[in-house]
Amino acid sequence: MSLLPAKTVTPDNLLHEVAVLRQQGYRLVTLTCLDQGTGHTVYYHFDKAYQPLHLRLEIPDGQELCSVSSLYPAAMIVENEIKDHFGVKFTGLALDFQGRLMLTEAAPKTPMNRFRRCGMELDARQPAAASPAAA
Amino acid sequence: MSQRTTIPFGPQHPVFPEPIQLRLILEDERVVEALPAIGYVHRGLEKLAEQKDFQQDVFLIERICGICSFMHAMNYCQGIEQLLGLAVPERAKYLRLIWAELHRMHSHLLFLALLADSFGFENLFMQTLRCREEILDLMEITAGNRIMLTTCCIGGVRKDITPDQLKRIGTGLDRAQASLRELGGAFAKDYTIQRRLKGIGVLTREKAHELGAVGPVAKASGLAMDLRQTGYAPYPELGFNPITETNGDAYARMMVRLRELDQSAELIRAAMGRLPDTPLSVPFKGNPTGEVAARIEQSRGELLFFIKANGSKNLERFRARTPTFANLAPLLHMLPGCELADVPVIVVSIDPCISCTER
Repeated sequence: MSLLPAKTVTPDNLLHEVAVLRQQGYRLVTLTCLDQGTGHTVYYHFDKAYQPLHLRLEIPDGQELCSVSSLYPAAMIVENEIKDHFGVKFTGLALDFQGRLMLTEAAPKTPMNRFRRCGMELDARQPAAASPAAA
Repeated sequence: MSQRTTIPFGPQHPVFPEPIQLRLILEDERVVEALPAIGYVHRGLEKLAEQKDFQQDVFLIERICGICSFMHAMNYCQGIEQLLGLAVPERAKYLRLIWAELHRMHSHLLFLALLADSFGFENLFMQTLRCREEILDLMEITAGNRIMLTTCCIGGVRKDITPDQLKRIGTGLDRAQASLRELGGAFAKDYTIQRRLKGIGVLTREKAHELGAVGPVAKASGLAMDLRQTGYAPYPELGFNPITETNGDAYARMMVRLRELDQSAELIRAAMGRLPDTPLSVPFKGNPTGEVAARIEQSRGELLFFIKANGSKNLERFRARTPTFANLAPLLHMLPGCELADVPVIVVSIDPCISCTER
């Protein structure tokens, strides 16, 4: 399978690489997260004069990722979305919606994960009596 | 010292066709901070796209948005065609361009109508929607539907536009442009409209770039950024150049769309005059494999689809970043400092599409 042409970065040098791109005048288009079973892949999509540039980052389960919202404030929204959908945690988020940007309290947690059951787990804050099975 | 008040603006509000909430923190009548609360129409379409066949996804993805639907399908088809290595016939490319520009026209006309409604100009609202009906009629005549055209398919298009229909498009555009000349005068020169829009919700060129603004929001701030220049469809052959304004206020955003309406009509005319005589689509076998990031210029700006396919009939990942999602951060930057009465106009000036944003 041909992967998206991208430069591989690590959680340690992510901020440095993004800062360099910002310095060079790149615009952050968005982030894309993919569930890989034991971790996640996060793509950072950039653009400058219609030339796309992508960074690829692999992150194992349980490790937190540094937010790039200090460099690109707009990243805050998509990072919150990834937190909602995949459960990836970001440190230094400019505004943290606590996993409630897109999803309500009754929604399944991290529903976009493909390889793990946590997608169907309901939020612990929901009372058990609300479940039809419990009634 | 002024007292701070928090006002929930939405999710149900007369200027919002779709639900979104902005929590406005005010000092007297002045906004000092705005926080978004979205998720009211989040449907999980990205997840559903992984569970459907990649050919069924054309119909699903067209339904991400009820306004610029054709362009969603077009971008998805272009992404899959790239993965399959398909060369789309020239006629299909021109037909896609015609339908895409018709969609841009009806979307911009809807924006203008809703903008007129947001500052209480009811008559202008109704006249603009009447003009939009001309465009919707053209789509119905050529595709059978007013909005959900479903004419785009992987490898080309599934419907042709006949010579009689081309003539009808020409007369329809004549009528729409005549109507636009009258309406455009009102939008551009009316004293009240200028008072409500000029100097309101200013976004500088530097901030537009830093915050990742796209589409007419970026172009109104002087960024000549329009993916139609990249040649994903035959725009360069038709002499396309992006329209820009420099003031970066709500008036400039309106003017970009007003001028793009005429530009789209001329692009359609030019495409109709050059329509090549080739098949409508190419057949293909097999399933796509690989990753691609496909982009086109939708009516609200850059649309990006990330597609990952693994050779089976189901996609492994489908991701959509719609233009309104990109324009949320610029909107949150525009609001602090404005009067509460200007908030509806500023919000409408980015032409928000919440169904797109939340998918």
